[in-house]
Amino acid sequence: MSKFGGALALSLALALCVAACGERPQVVNYKQGSYQGKPDTPPYKAAPFNGDKTQWEHALETRAQNQNEYKRIR
Amino acid sequence: MARMKFLCDAERCIECNGCVTACKQENDVPWGVNRRRVVTINDGVPGERSISVACMHCSDAPCMAVCPVDCFYKTQEGVVLHDKDLCIGCGYCFYACPFGAPQFPQTGAFGVRGKMDKCTFCAGGPEPDGSPEEFAKYGRNRLSEGKLPACAEMCSTKALLGGDADVLSDIYRQRVTMRAARGTAATPPWGWDAAYGRPDAQGQPVPNAAPPAPAAPGSKS
Repeated sequence: MSKFGGALALSLALALCVAACGERPQVVNYKQGSYQGKPDTPPYKAAPFNGDKTQWEHALETRAQNQNEYKRIR
Repeated sequence: MARMKFLCDAERCIECNGCVTACKQENDVPWGVNRRRVVTINDGVPGERSISVACMHCSDAPCMAVCPVDCFYKTQEGVVLHDKDLCIGCGYCFYACPFGAPQFPQTGAFGVRGKMDKCTFCAGGPEPDGSPEEFAKYGRNRLSEGKLPACAEMCSTKALLGGDADVLSDIYRQRVTMRAARGTAATPPWGWDAAYGRPDAQGQPVPNAAPPAPAAPGSKS
């Protein structure tokens, strides 16, 4: 009995020793809910781009470069 | 196309509030709601810095996580938008947002809140693009017109940049490189130190040396 008790105590002690070894994620992961509202269309679907994503991206790229005075002003 | 982002260069912002005005005018934002505002740190103290703040369209937006009715969604361009028809005006998003972006119109007495309103990156909302319904609820959809947010495009000093994050990074990288090439540590090409001088050990501003006077007309130089 005492042998069994000793083994039990030893196993419990060992379990306690490794209890802090578990690694939990330290960064909060927000669980995004699923959107319940109306569906939206991509911005290039309507006029004036009528679904031409490449042309839309090119237009935005050109506008963005207008913010760079090193290219806008020589 | 990467992700739509704002970038504000605190070294350039002069606290003119042009971005705030442009946003209010472009989107017909109601009285009492400021989708964008300029925050100044150490206001009035030499070395003050201003920065224009609105919704930062977070990659992992906490407002989306806390919304009890799931009225937020993120577009393919990384713009965080919401459906005002679903919003119940609970204000959870306001408490979750680290930038104070969600705004609530005061629609009645005793602090009654209306539906949440925030910066849309001038991308409208879940109504037909360019429709009167979209303008009434969310403001103008400049993105669908191939334009960038009005605040960034109107910024007089180009402190506030808006658009594709990769393009903004390139612009800012070139700007920093040019600053380093044109100025020195003692004489920066622009910014507060160039205008008012660097503070001494006691923190008092030391004016820059006056530029040499121009030669009088007709004198030999």
